Amino acid sequence: MALLEVSDLKVNLRTARGSVQAVRGLNFSLERGETLGIVGESGCGKSMTALALMGLLPDNAAPTGRIALHGQNLLELSEAQLSALRGDRMAMIFQEPMTSLNPLHRIGEQIAEPLRLHRKMSQRQARERALDLLNRVGIPNPVQRIDAYPHQLSGGQRQRVMIAMALACEPDILVADEPTTALDVTIQGQILDLIGRLVDETGMGLILISHDLGVIAETVNRVLVMYAGRAVEHGPVQDVFERMAHPYTRGLFAAMPRLREGVASWPRPALPTIAGIVPDLHDLSDAGCAFAPRCGFADARCGKETPPNMDLGNDHTADCWHTEQTLATPIEEQAT
Amino acid sequence: MYKLLAFLRRALRHRSFVVGGLLTAIMLSMALLSVFWTPYSPTAINVRKRLAGPSLDHWLGNDPYGRDVFSMIIVGAQNSIAVGMIAVGAGMSIGTLLGLVAAARRGWLEELIMRFSDFTYAFPAILSAIMFAAILGPNSINSIIAIAIFNIPIFARVSRASANVIWSRDFILAARAAGKGAVRITIEHVLPNILAILVVQITIQFALAILAEAALSYLGLGTQPPTPSWGRMLNEAQAMIFRAPSLVIFPGLAIVVSVLGLNLLGDGLRDLTDPRLSRQR
Repeated sequence: MALLEVSDLKVNLRTARGSVQAVRGLNFSLERGETLGIVGESGCGKSMTALALMGLLPDNAAPTGRIALHGQNLLELSEAQLSALRGDRMAMIFQEPMTSLNPLHRIGEQIAEPLRLHRKMSQRQARERALDLLNRVGIPNPVQRIDAYPHQLSGGQRQRVMIAMALACEPDILVADEPTTALDVTIQGQILDLIGRLVDETGMGLILISHDLGVIAETVNRVLVMYAGRAVEHGPVQDVFERMAHPYTRGLFAAMPRLREGVASWPRPALPTIAGIVPDLHDLSDAGCAFAPRCGFADARCGKETPPNMDLGNDHTADCWHTEQTLATPIEEQAT
Repeated sequence: MYKLLAFLRRALRHRSFVVGGLLTAIMLSMALLSVFWTPYSPTAINVRKRLAGPSLDHWLGNDPYGRDVFSMIIVGAQNSIAVGMIAVGAGMSIGTLLGLVAAARRGWLEELIMRFSDFTYAFPAILSAIMFAAILGPNSINSIIAIAIFNIPIFARVSRASANVIWSRDFILAARAAGKGAVRITIEHVLPNILAILVVQITIQFALAILAEAALSYLGLGTQPPTPSWGRMLNEAQAMIFRAPSLVIFPGLAIVVSVLGLNLLGDGLRDLTDPRLSRQR
């Protein structure tokens, strides 16, 4: 039995303009020690997926389908049962370390909280464990830092504190929602290394959500590319990067800023973009491929019939009518 | 500790905070003094001194029964403070609890609590106090209840509005992700973060409660004789406003000083606790 199994997950949002589906049928599973990256543009449903996993969706969102942790469907649990799991069996770290810590409490107290809550530790035991955790996440001089307030720490250190909080009870699953987006680039690498090392040490499963393919490529074993609430490509990270079979994945890859020979020349070559904009979820129909209006390979069928889940071997799949044609076209020549 | 010192230094430069604090301190210390010592007994009648003006023996003069006005005023401060503290304390406790529950629960319960608040708020305080006095009889306990009820919707609204802001902050989501329930989050995260706002509201409501108590006593619905009260002193003096104006002036001044002091203090506290304003004055 897989540690986490998500099948046909859908998230309905009630909005002023009616009901929309932010997540439209997602399937994946996660084993112990495995790392899964979810990548996609803003509004593709990746954060909604993360919140659904934790049972922290906003009041106007209704999830359906199945999220099974150790075979137990989380969507059927009561709020109290979920609270008992959150922070204990599953934990989450957020995008904004600057605002994710309560400014009024010392960091040591905040790290000790889940321990006192779930493990019923005494204040002294929890403090000792908090010291240990601060050490593990690489906070220099933890004996002094444990009594610091959040405003006395830098962004990178606060994210380390958030990670220490999340790891306090040794969860089975860590959900990291854009954990490095708000940090500067040198710190990003350190935080990703830390997360990767902790996954190796503890054997927990990691779900890393990012819009940055570079972050995904460095950190995870498997990647799931999302577009408009659906998984469009899914597979081992190396295989997906070598054989990008969905035009959207290719578009994302081409749109990644990187140093090229052209940088020094003038005028600089424009950064490739994906033409068009993310579709408004209100206008999305169930039939056809959501990416078709922006896709260079699209034909009449793409607009009408939902693309099949093409098995490309090696556990790598893509939801597209034109995987063969896409794979045959070098990325540089791809028209989007 | 360092933060506290920095706050005090900033506070001492804030004019309305200093003036308000001083006036409030004068009122409080007079009330405290009157508990242990008064120049004369506030109820002792001395017919020979009736309507005497201010003198060295009787600093603020004597009333129609020859009672010492200064003693009555400082004992009256006790009464005003007690009514204010109990009424605002009770109103704040109930109102804040309702506001926090509304913010934590949302949905129909929030709707119910807030509409109930609107309903209560729609009655003028004096009107509901008169209603209470008519049903339960005029005395200081009933005026406290009336003032407390008037305070409930105010604190319910203030605490709900500020708690809603806190609930939308990232660290609340992080606390929920750590497995904390709504009760714990409210006590550990929401309440400490809205405390400053509540303290400011308390000082302002305290001033209003003193005013309301004086008004009710003036109407004969609050504190009953012989307990001295500023409002009733004004009532008794109004017939003699031209013969002995000092009998109206001094209790009136006492009310003005304490209400003004508390309002200035509240304004000052609001400026000092609002980080956006902290650097301007």
